Amino acid sequence: MAYNFKQEMNKPERLAGGHRMCAGCGGPVAVRGVLRALNPEDKAVIGCATGCLEVSTFMYPYTAWKDSFIHNAFENAGATVSGVEAAYKAMKRKGKINDDYKFIAFGGDGGTYDIGFQSLSGAMERGHDMVYVCYDNGAYMNTGIQRSSATPRFADTTTTPAGSVSTGKTQYRKDLSQVIGGHHIPYVAQTTFIKNFKDLHEKSEKAIYKKGSAFLNVLAPCPRGWRYPSEDLMKMCSLAVETCYWPLYEIEDGIWKLSYMPKEKLPIEEFLKPQGRFKHLFKKGNEHLIKEFQEEVDRRWNDLLVRCGEK
Amino acid sequence: MAIRERLSGNEAVATAMRQINPDVVAAFPITPSTEVPQYFSTYVANGLVDTEFVPVESEHSAMSACVGSEAAGARTMTATSSCGLALMWEELFIAASCRLPITLALVNRALSGPININADHSDSMGARDTGWIQIYSENNQEAYDNFIQAVRIGEHKDVRLPVMVCQDGFITSHAVENIELIEDDKVKEFVGEYYPQNFLLNSKQPMSVGPYDTPTYYMEHKRLQAEGMIKAKKVILEISEQFEKLTGRKYGLFETYKLDDADSALVIINSTAGTAKDAVDRLRAEGKKVGLLKIRVFRPFPAEEIAEALENTKSIAVMDKAEGFNSQGGPLCSEIKSALYNIENAPKIINYIYGLGGRDVKVDNIIEVYNELEKINKTGDIGNKYRYLSVRD
Repeated sequence: MAYNFKQEMNKPERLAGGHRMCAGCGGPVAVRGVLRALNPEDKAVIGCATGCLEVSTFMYPYTAWKDSFIHNAFENAGATVSGVEAAYKAMKRKGKINDDYKFIAFGGDGGTYDIGFQSLSGAMERGHDMVYVCYDNGAYMNTGIQRSSATPRFADTTTTPAGSVSTGKTQYRKDLSQVIGGHHIPYVAQTTFIKNFKDLHEKSEKAIYKKGSAFLNVLAPCPRGWRYPSEDLMKMCSLAVETCYWPLYEIEDGIWKLSYMPKEKLPIEEFLKPQGRFKHLFKKGNEHLIKEFQEEVDRRWNDLLVRCGEK
Repeated sequence: MAIRERLSGNEAVATAMRQINPDVVAAFPITPSTEVPQYFSTYVANGLVDTEFVPVESEHSAMSACVGSEAAGARTMTATSSCGLALMWEELFIAASCRLPITLALVNRALSGPININADHSDSMGARDTGWIQIYSENNQEAYDNFIQAVRIGEHKDVRLPVMVCQDGFITSHAVENIELIEDDKVKEFVGEYYPQNFLLNSKQPMSVGPYDTPTYYMEHKRLQAEGMIKAKKVILEISEQFEKLTGRKYGLFETYKLDDADSALVIINSTAGTAKDAVDRLRAEGKKVGLLKIRVFRPFPAEEIAEALENTKSIAVMDKAEGFNSQGGPLCSEIKSALYNIENAPKIINYIYGLGGRDVKVDNIIEVYNELEKINKTGDIGNKYRYLSVRD
């Protein structure tokens, strides 16, 4: 069925309001966007790694989750939800339950790229019928903006501070979507919030309803960590896509497909400039750092175009 | 009719798992418990069980998957040893605090480092305060019997805690001995079906598990968890009684051997109790009043009952197959000392660290310990309270 923005937005929310996430946070936007792709009549068990999302949505005795929900620890959302899915298979086989369930795990980039990486890789390799969604805000925001392997190079974080002899993080970010692509699971996609959420919705729908393991990497900006005005969430996502810092693509049954080709690829400055964490790059004499950043974005973008058969 | 067999401790536990036919088993191989998931995989491969077997990529994920599975409403089991249990560390606490009655077959092995694959109790003793019920087994028969009872104990509504059933690596896990098995249908009838009160896959009542718990409620939750452990003692005894009716095999919180009139007693855990019983028999034949107490249930710790059983002895050697590294001795000794603290004219207590990393313990070594106790009884001089058995100085 064709995507209908108004209809989707009028669906009852499965993550209730009143949770404690910051104004302008990309996390709950990602969660709601993904859960909207569930058919309203379908049941789900949602898992979550420790992080902002977990501590803000399920503080005893209140839960914002209308579906069954499990938080275990920081590094094991993949393994935990794989256990839930295994229980479902066994109990269904034995006739102990009758309903159909979907299984979705959420983790930030800390719980996904770093500490939870092994658990995620194991769950994907074993092929559990589940979706793992990373809401990637590019640092350990919950503990106070420390670097992760998803943090872009040169970002000023509390463990890679820019200083008189430092220009911020020294390493480029890990390309986790492609690493999970290397697991050759049925579906991997990279997305974020652009235009009318069509890209996020369609990818979520495929990920949820495709049999087997699926992975979604959703860029979910954090106004506190990136230091931009909180009302600019959609603008930041758009700039990430239009500069090709965060290309939108999917790998479905081994076929790589670019989801969006910018009409005119914007220079990376457009994405970096509004963010306080890159402020030091715009000091006189640091022009070469922006040039280096641009070269890395271009190299990765070109590689992706080749993989997607666009070049 | 019970079935007479010859099985290793690992195969005995795997057989119990087959007979129970749990919903989910998630496990990762580690010597010497590897055989348990191996045997179990063959049962799955040959359709003897309809369990979902999850061959995870680490023990941390094994226990994480067990937590997910048990919370979902499935009867769930795993097996591990040594560093595997250590890697589960964080998850052991989470499983217990979420009140998830997972059953774990622990084949005791020394912790690294240096790396060593043989038996001692450093793994389970390190996990003694994680909130798990711990039941220990002298031989393959006890490992089998304890494992079947563990399911009922953990799942009991007054308890709802995970249970680890421990046996000594290689010494009993790999040694093939005679065993009496219960018929499959009788095991199934004994353990029954698992119907948890609340579970994730209950379509009538969705639930959230694993909250962020602030100081406003955290302490009440810990108090409730402690209550489960306190109540477990009674439940363990009730289930032993039912088990005795089924099999004729009687289990208490601990076993006493020729202890009633003993002047000198050993307190010991797992397989070395068998060796020690031989030593007791030999010394009894010489007219010496010696006996032993073998711990079966270490968590909950049956302190009052132990104190009552030991109060008339003159001296006790507590045998620890794990170092405590507190400069005072091993963990079992601390527990026994505190259990006897309020007894008037309490017996003298010495502690032996023995068998670390699989160091062999023979009947003569145990006789040496009893001789030391006899010396204390005669002279009244306790001497060194913190000793090592069979170690090069």
